[in-house]
Amino acid sequence: MAKEEQDKILDEVTQSDYKYGFVTDIENDDIGKGLSEDVIRMISAKKNEPEFMLEFRLKAYRHWLTMKMPEWAYLKIPPIDYQDIIFYSAPKQKAKLESMDDVDPEIRATFDKLGIPLDEQKLLANVAVDVVMDSSSVKTTFKQALAEKGVIFCSFSDAVQEHPDLIQEYMGTVVPVQDNFFAALNSAVFSDGSFVYIPKGVRCPMELSTYFRINAENTGQFERTLIVCEDDSYVSYLEGCTAPMRDENQLHAAIVEIIVKDNAEVKYSTVQNWYPGNKEGKGGIYNFVTKRGICQGVNSKLMWAQVETGSAVTWKYPSTILKGDGSSSEFYSVAVTNNHQQADTGSKMIHIGNNTKSTIISKGISAGKSSNSYRGLVKVTKNCEGARNFSQCDSLLLGDKCGAHTFPYLEIGNKSAKVEHEATTSKIGEDQIFYCNQRGISTEDAIGLIVNGYAKEVINKMPMEFAVEAQKLLAISLEGSVG
Amino acid sequence: MLSIKNLHVSIDGKEILKGINLEVKPGEVHAIMGPNGAGKSTLASVLAGRDLYEVTEGEIVFQGKDVLDMAPEDRAKEGIFLGFQYPIEIPGVSTVNFMKTAVNEHRKHKGLAPLTASDFLKLMRDKKNLVEIDSKLTNRSVNEGFSGGEKKKNEIFQMAMLEPKLAVLDETDSGLDIDALRVVANGVNKLKTAENSTIVITHYQRLLDYIVPDVVHVLFDGRIVKTAGKELALELEEKGYDWIKEENGK
Ligand SMILES: Nc1ncnc2c1ncn2[C@@H]1O[C@H](COP(=O)(O)OP(=O)(O)OP(=O)(O)O)[C@@H](O)[C@H]1O
Ligand SMILES: [Mg+2]
Repeated sequence: MAKEEQDKILDEVTQSDYKYGFVTDIENDDIGKGLSEDVIRMISAKKNEPEFMLEFRLKAYRHWLTMKMPEWAYLKIPPIDYQDIIFYSAPKQKAKLESMDDVDPEIRATFDKLGIPLDEQKLLANVAVDVVMDSSSVKTTFKQALAEKGVIFCSFSDAVQEHPDLIQEYMGTVVPVQDNFFAALNSAVFSDGSFVYIPKGVRCPMELSTYFRINAENTGQFERTLIVCEDDSYVSYLEGCTAPMRDENQLHAAIVEIIVKDNAEVKYSTVQNWYPGNKEGKGGIYNFVTKRGICQGVNSKLMWAQVETGSAVTWKYPSTILKGDGSSSEFYSVAVTNNHQQADTGSKMIHIGNNTKSTIISKGISAGKSSNSYRGLVKVTKNCEGARNFSQCDSLLLGDKCGAHTFPYLEIGNKSAKVEHEATTSKIGEDQIFYCNQRGISTEDAIGLIVNGYAKEVINKMPMEFAVEAQKLLAISLEGSVG
Repeated sequence: MLSIKNLHVSIDGKEILKGINLEVKPGEVHAIMGPNGAGKSTLASVLAGRDLYEVTEGEIVFQGKDVLDMAPEDRAKEGIFLGFQYPIEIPGVSTVNFMKTAVNEHRKHKGLAPLTASDFLKLMRDKKNLVEIDSKLTNRSVNEGFSGGEKKKNEIFQMAMLEPKLAVLDETDSGLDIDALRVVANGVNKLKTAENSTIVITHYQRLLDYIVPDVVHVLFDGRIVKTAGKELALELEEKGYDWIKEENGK
């Protein structure tokens, strides 16, 4: 294809408009811009938190002050002014919600637009939903049905009030406050999120899902998810994220902690579609996330499945500590970057227990002028016998202005370990597109077919209802991009 | 059906087709022969709408419509099918999914509802039988890891699925073993009607024993320099292209 032709088509890359970019007009309760010990005390007071929470926050904050933003990632990020961010903003609501009718109609309309009906009758069969708008949880559905099984699924704030002992026991045990710059920041200022507790021997009877939405302006979102699975239990959990289109960048720094005990199993799926910024790279969410699980018990299992299409910048490495003997973890990821998006993402698998097994399947898709890096670590500790890992990192390029990079790190401390790494880079060829065109398939549809074929292995791991959504999202994020 | 007038085509400023004229009527079979590099595949690609090539002069009219302004997928849906000389592999995309999308796009264009899953599978089965293609192939990703001959068979299978008005088969015979050649040629013949037309591009008379052409053209150095009945193919087989080259002063 002639160069100008190619440039022309590349310029069309950005035709897909972000359809979740509306703003909901509701009254917010915020505490103004800036960060200080006083701000943290104010957040804690507003949430009526017990003393241990305030201490946890202050400890994290004091540590954060001594830290610097990490610079090792393959990302270009302008300096962030933390005094210019509002650290707490919540939709104003009357008292406590007892039924759906108490939810602000504007908020309900928002979630309807996002395709997330809050009405329990209208919900996808067997999915319980928690929604977090800006900093606070709006509504958790199916609470009652779950309670009968002893499953706790509620907002983090409610958990702090109603189950402080569990929070105190587990919070910060997988991701300590001093873990990294963004984890420390989150621990200091986090406002809400979800809490899941599955008691011993219980298979959670439905998918649990949380939708996060940033709505207010100049606001950072710092949510925290904690999942505890007792012996012989099972849960499948899904999170989805969207945000309005705004010209300034917004900060999102989340923490996810997962504890999996003997023979228990957790599936954690993510559909991340934060606003990616406009075609010129203006605006968009800075997404700095620390997600980590520990397979604490013998034969425990943790699976991560994610489809990531949003955010201006993504910095995210879901990790598993394989501590229990015979425990295993799998990581399946599709990360799409388009226009000026930048992603530095991957996974870490830390093998400690004997005969532990991990799999990493990472599929990067880059289009436009974006940059998409895989960064992964496989670590086998000295006393770990019989560890096995298989990693496969594939990159698919659309056009020649985007970049893909792979940074695999191996730290193998025990000779018995078997570790395999495979990597491929391919391009959607113009000849493939033409072949599809010649059979009557439009270029958009052809890209959809090829990309979904490429990502099939990962999409198949998502819960069924969301696999369809994920497929559509892939096609939408790449609309117009041919190389 | 198809009318090409004074077609000039360049790539990177180099002229490859230098004034092609071609008329194909409904129900006709035309063969295009000519030495390597003459421009046969270029002609087929331009007809299908490949934008790699620049049309500098001339016109292509298909069923009364100016084709040059149409996107390749619209030409396909209007009924132009290209059997590729080198079919493309599309890893990860199942043949079933690919064909279902293609067939339903064609149906949409005709104002028909998409086929139900069971109707589609029945259509697949019928056409597979018609062109004697193994399910082992159609269960795989499009052309991925297919042998040269298997890819060619798959082109004919797709043609059978899409039932084009004009099929342009670019060296569909090369790479086929003797049995496969017969099967493919039979497939093409079975799909023939009084309304649809076929252009076969080939180097070998052998194919034309099975698919008997009404007209044979010789394309040489970007021009059609000779047009005659099917006996021309025999003459070329016997004498090669030297006499054509001499006649055209090369
Ligand atoms: N993409 C391209 N870039 C440069 N030259 C090209 C390109 N495509 C075709 N050509 C040139 O155009 C001429 C015609 O090629 P074409 O493929 O149409 O020949 P053909 O008649 O089909 O030959 P064959 O019998 O070998 O298949 C050749 O000289 C070829 O090198
Ligand atoms: Mg050719």
